[in-house]
Amino acid sequence: MLRDITLGQYYSTDSVIHRLDPRVKLMGTLCYIISLFCVKNPLGYALCALFLCIVIALSKVPVKFMIRGLKAIILLLLIAGFFNLFFTPGDPIWQWKKISISKQGIYMASTMVLRLALLIMGSSIMTLTTTPNYLTDGLEKGLGFLKVIKVPVHEIAMMMSIALRFIPILLEETDKIMKAQMARGADFESKNIIKKAKALVPLLVPLFVSAFRRANDLALAMEARCYRGGEGRTKMKPLKYKKSDAFAYIIIFAYLALCIFLGRMLFS
Amino acid sequence: MSIILDHLCHTYEAGTTLKSEALKDISLKIDDGEFIGLIGHTGSGKSTLVQHLNGLLKPTSGNIYYNGADINDSDYDIKSLRKEVGLVFQYPEHQLFETDVFSDVCFGPKNMGFDKKEVELTAYSALETVGIDHDLFYVSPFDLSGGQKRRVAIAGVLAMKPKVLILDEPTAGLDPAGRDEILGLVRKLHKENGITVILVSHSMEDVANNVGRIIVMERGGIFMDGTPTDIFARSDELETIGLAAPEVTYIMRALKKKGLDVNTFATTIDEAVPSILSALKARKC
Repeated sequence: MLRDITLGQYYSTDSVIHRLDPRVKLMGTLCYIISLFCVKNPLGYALCALFLCIVIALSKVPVKFMIRGLKAIILLLLIAGFFNLFFTPGDPIWQWKKISISKQGIYMASTMVLRLALLIMGSSIMTLTTTPNYLTDGLEKGLGFLKVIKVPVHEIAMMMSIALRFIPILLEETDKIMKAQMARGADFESKNIIKKAKALVPLLVPLFVSAFRRANDLALAMEARCYRGGEGRTKMKPLKYKKSDAFAYIIIFAYLALCIFLGRMLFS
Repeated sequence: MSIILDHLCHTYEAGTTLKSEALKDISLKIDDGEFIGLIGHTGSGKSTLVQHLNGLLKPTSGNIYYNGADINDSDYDIKSLRKEVGLVFQYPEHQLFETDVFSDVCFGPKNMGFDKKEVELTAYSALETVGIDHDLFYVSPFDLSGGQKRRVAIAGVLAMKPKVLILDEPTAGLDPAGRDEILGLVRKLHKENGITVILVSHSMEDVANNVGRIIVMERGGIFMDGTPTDIFARSDELETIGLAAPEVTYIMRALKKKGLDVNTFATTIDEAVPSILSALKARKC
């Protein structure tokens, strides 16, 4: 029952996008999000969608996985679409009592939904093609300049990777404790909301205890290996930019510039 | 009164690329009052098998009958099954959650719908059975030692008065004294209360000293099924799947090779000692 949950889903395959340096992908995602908020006309949206399609095709990740990411926010999409459709003032095309749909409303609703969908798919490309470890490595290296103003970048990255590492372990643990309590007659499938909340106590208490126990063990193990933060620490596989990374940067920045230019030109 | 497994199969993550066949065509009959040892390597399907016996996992195909009724019928009362077939998980102390020992043990019988008096009575007698002192009844379960915690967790299952008790690796991570305590407790439950016991383990010594029947599992199937003497006589086959007979059996064979006429089918120290003594006596004459 809990096996269905996927978080930080990585799709393992070999593609141009997978091989890119995580810093490039982080920067690329950021640029893509900025570009989505720069464009203000159909041509711009077409460009954004086209860019995403090319990246998806290059990444070799099945489109099914992208759609799965959208399923999680389907309610958000519907609400955003609904409110923009009915509550945007403008020239009404269709009217029934006080409810009306305007031309501007249709445009606003469709662009809003499209923008959100592209946003989610664009950022899921990053998690789908980068392992969590590489992602935190990329963050650590990419944000290294913040060390100058005393931001503990290494520690934050370490916490992130530990947190990600613990997700599957805790899911498994939850499954185990749930079964153990069900063997003692606990009922997790009750429809009654109060009973349901009460049923969580025998699940959550052991889960917290186990999380603390594991955290304690891990801290001890790190201490025993003389872990003392990022200072002077070297990496087994240090991140290095390749030619393809430079090329990817050029494409990303060219794309961003084009988007900004399109947005400016048609609105000036 | 028995448990019958009929061509049971279980596949995890069926229909995906990650699918793995945990159980392949298992057929078994477990009679009332049996004491069974279930042995196998990590990943041989032992834990998956026992989770089917109280309906926590549903078979991919095949049927399980408890006292003649199919437990996966839609109108089968699964709660009553979980009362009758008690399952103690690996590291059961990880499931403790209440503020004191006594209320934790009360959790099971309370779920079973016993009235308040009966809940307290069964909890009390379960704690007595596992040998927890009265002055520990109202301390936090998290303040107990490892062995005590485990006994409290076992009491939590015993309080439901099961007719069949399944223990998944009950001695894992305990010191020898703790291990003997738990095994002695299980033996007592089987002998005095007549409970059917299924002991899942990979320690041959634990199993050989206690059970009347051994089921060896390998890669989701049943590899051997018989009495300890039968099973350990085929130690060569056991070795091919990475298991072994108890140390005692090997010692007896070595003695025989050296010319001492001992019983090589002995699987426990209690059986071996008189055999060695009489062989020595015979040689002196």
